[in-house]
Amino acid sequence: MEEKEATRDFNERCAQCSEVNWGLTDGGRFYCRSCHNVTEKITEVENTDFTSNIRIQTVSKGLRKQEKTDGGCEWYVCEGFQFVLRKQAEALEALGVCPQMKDEVLWNFWRCYLQKTKQAYCDRPAGETVRPLSVCDSSTDVDSDPERLSLLYSSLSESEGDLQTDCSFVSSTSKVSESTSVRSRSGSVDGSLYLMKNPKEKLRMTMPMTLSFCYMALLWVRETMTLSELLRFVFEGHIPYLNVFQHFPEKMKLRGPDIKIFCVESWPSYEEVFNKMHELAAFLDLPRFPDITDSCFLHPDMLCMKYLMEANLPDEMHNWTCRVVKKTCIGEVDFLTLVPGNKSTRKVKYDVLAAAVIVVTTFCVLLISFTCSQPKMCMFYSDGPYFELKKWYKVLKCTLDVEQKKLDERRAKYLWRCEKPLFYSAKKKSKVLKRRQIVVNLQNQFGRLSGSVQPAEKPNPSSFQLSWSEENTDGSCFHGHSLKGILQEKRGLLTAMNPRYWLCTLKLCNEKLCGHLAHYGEADFPQSYHFVLRLFSFLLRIEPSYIHDEVCMIEHKLFNKKLRKKTKYKTGPRK
Amino acid sequence: MYCEVIKAPWSSNSGRAVVCNNWLFTVSSELCLSFIQDAMLQKQWKRAAEFLTFYVESLEKDFSREPIIWRIGSEILRHHPDSSVKEFNTFIEPMKTLSVKRYLKVCLEHAFYLLHNGLIDEAYQNLSLAESWRFGEQTVIQDKELKLIQAYMGLLDYYKWSKQKNILLEDDLSVEQEMHSCFRKAAVNLKEIIKIPGVWDQFVKCYVDMLEFYGDHNEARQVLNEYAYNPKFPANPNAHVYLYQFLKRHGESKKSLISVLKILHDIVPSHELMIDFNTMLQKSKKRKRRRLGLEVIFTALDYAGCKENVKAWSCLARQVKQIVISEKHLAWIKQEWNSRKDWWPAFHFSHYLAKKNWQENESLSYEKALVAGILLGRGNTKFSFLFTT
Repeated sequence: MEEKEATRDFNERCAQCSEVNWGLTDGGRFYCRSCHNVTEKITEVENTDFTSNIRIQTVSKGLRKQEKTDGGCEWYVCEGFQFVLRKQAEALEALGVCPQMKDEVLWNFWRCYLQKTKQAYCDRPAGETVRPLSVCDSSTDVDSDPERLSLLYSSLSESEGDLQTDCSFVSSTSKVSESTSVRSRSGSVDGSLYLMKNPKEKLRMTMPMTLSFCYMALLWVRETMTLSELLRFVFEGHIPYLNVFQHFPEKMKLRGPDIKIFCVESWPSYEEVFNKMHELAAFLDLPRFPDITDSCFLHPDMLCMKYLMEANLPDEMHNWTCRVVKKTCIGEVDFLTLVPGNKSTRKVKYDVLAAAVIVVTTFCVLLISFTCSQPKMCMFYSDGPYFELKKWYKVLKCTLDVEQKKLDERRAKYLWRCEKPLFYSAKKKSKVLKRRQIVVNLQNQFGRLSGSVQPAEKPNPSSFQLSWSEENTDGSCFHGHSLKGILQEKRGLLTAMNPRYWLCTLKLCNEKLCGHLAHYGEADFPQSYHFVLRLFSFLLRIEPSYIHDEVCMIEHKLFNKKLRKKTKYKTGPRK
Repeated sequence: MYCEVIKAPWSSNSGRAVVCNNWLFTVSSELCLSFIQDAMLQKQWKRAAEFLTFYVESLEKDFSREPIIWRIGSEILRHHPDSSVKEFNTFIEPMKTLSVKRYLKVCLEHAFYLLHNGLIDEAYQNLSLAESWRFGEQTVIQDKELKLIQAYMGLLDYYKWSKQKNILLEDDLSVEQEMHSCFRKAAVNLKEIIKIPGVWDQFVKCYVDMLEFYGDHNEARQVLNEYAYNPKFPANPNAHVYLYQFLKRHGESKKSLISVLKILHDIVPSHELMIDFNTMLQKSKKRKRRRLGLEVIFTALDYAGCKENVKAWSCLARQVKQIVISEKHLAWIKQEWNSRKDWWPAFHFSHYLAKKNWQENESLSYEKALVAGILLGRGNTKFSFLFTT
């Protein structure tokens, strides 16, 4: 329940200052924001439990001291992240994600995290000791101190089961003033301390982790958005990430260490976000996630259908991908559903898995290869054209090259600069501003000389990056093509032409040791394989080696029995 | 073009394009730079400007990119159809201030650009502003650039001086005074720069020109001698040419002229002055010099540059004819011909060349025929048909 909502209907004038400007304390009482007079009125608290012991309340601003010098106020790093998460969730909602994800799931995860890391919602702050005031502090410190300590004590005295919020934010280490915060008296209270903490300890929050949170929530509600899509939307600017701190409320000023925390200079990698998500899920002691059944979007059958369409492959291939999925048992509910903390099961990358299934189907089951003899003419039978790999390759390669170039241009033009200049200290401010001015002037000058070039537009958010229409008369859409040219009738059933198959690798590596199941070396595979990997690599925006890992994994599952029997199975480089 | 060659990542190979999301600021900058480079190489200035707009972002984070941006920006502005001197000036000023370490260099390049566009006065102003710049230790470190700036100021002062010289009339005191003051300023700077070992052809010429005008021949001779003979200076044929021309102008003795040209013969045997040299030597009474003359002319014709030079051939023809007629020193011809008989026929006296020369240049053909006749014997030469006349 939002603070505004709760206080909206309360229109009484304050007894002390006669203003109507109410806020909520942590205890759920109304207080006047103008004069900080606390009333007896208490709000109703909604009980949306997530785990049974915790009663959830909104994080209100509470009794906050307004700082004087630059109009900033005290704020904590986790509040900053909370803001970021909120913005991201709102953006996701705008993209069509169900509101439940934002309002319930994500917030619950976040609160749980705050509690676990003892930043809020707990009895006492995480064991830091009181440090003496630094000598150079002005008298204002002394003023605020007794008040803060009293808040601290009052929160400690509350019984268990009640919630503390901001009070427990007051870690007394806020008194550890570094020179930056002393002078400016703004920026986050615990910024530099935050950076000093051991990053491995208790999963310190970072910007990439905000995406892990989002993904975790999306997975919980089984939204129709894969991780690669999420990251792509981030890159395309539909989900705030890069310069989101620019939109912090005016009063939350950033200085020094805050910049290091909130200002990112690189895009998060799939691996990073993925792994952190799993760590988080385990850390938060989450139960088994809702089941991924075959009617879910994330199920390989569904995702394969999507990717087949996007890769302009015949719809008929879907039957085969389903068969592969069935045979390897990767469509099982238990395989797909996430159980946090379970170290024996392999963590599933739904999108990569589906892509790998298609790759395996293409090369293994259908044994499509460029060296296979193919009818030169496109045979038209009454049931439509036959699928020809060479033709498909030409069309796709052309498109891929164009799209890749566009993507590279977009990347090259990416503006890393943020609107508000950042500076680490007041001294450098003038230099930074001067430099900024030079940059702006240069951009104006060369912008004029660029001619009538449209600014790089944000592409509309779309689930599909490549689309093919059967209405195109140039025959570049292969969805309706038949696989009959590749398969052969055998005893009335269509089977793959050649049952022999060349494995990618004979033995899988230990992923934990070297990070990969198999090693993707260029010399080992034919160009056709490289191309298909490159295609999916582009669609999912990940390195081809990760897809290759999944391909190897699926192959081994597919030929598990045969491998065990150790029959005379040819292995080696593919033709 | 000052850009380093940066390979465009997508064009590397077919299989492994950089597709993943995880790239840092530096990677996107490098990508941007490679797009700029491609555009520039293909002379697509608008596209280059477009990408530069994005690339300059990096100025805020990575100061080491300043020189690249300066170079690229200058290059684009030099070629872009919509660019102008004003645009360039607007661009270059902040470039100067961005880095103290490069200040003088940028000023110098700016001056060059202005000179290139015929704006002599603006260039001069820029240079004098730059010359008066002082920045503690940097002034010492950038000493070379400062000297260059002074040198070019000297050159521009000379230019002013020579303009005034041309309009000077009798009793025109003000012009005369100005002219003299230009001379003084120019002299100081030019003298300074030519002290430093290097190639200063233009500066030397201008300085000597002024000195000659004011009658200071001694100083001029000294300067030219220094320039030609000081071992610290790099070998420079022009230095000898200037010296020779000066000595000739002032009626110096044959001996001194010959000694200068001899050095030139050693450095650049195919120089066009070799023809004059030969002429001078042929006339000499001294046997040694005549011998040298023959060597000089033969050597000059060893090079493709003189192949169609009528004068060179006529010199050779004259001397060879004279030797044959006098029947003295036939051995000289034999000596010279010995090392050439294997390849000169194909090089100079081929059937194809004979025809070509006859069609294009009769006098050349005649001279060559004469030489060929003597060297190859009448019957053997392809020019024999000429002797039927």
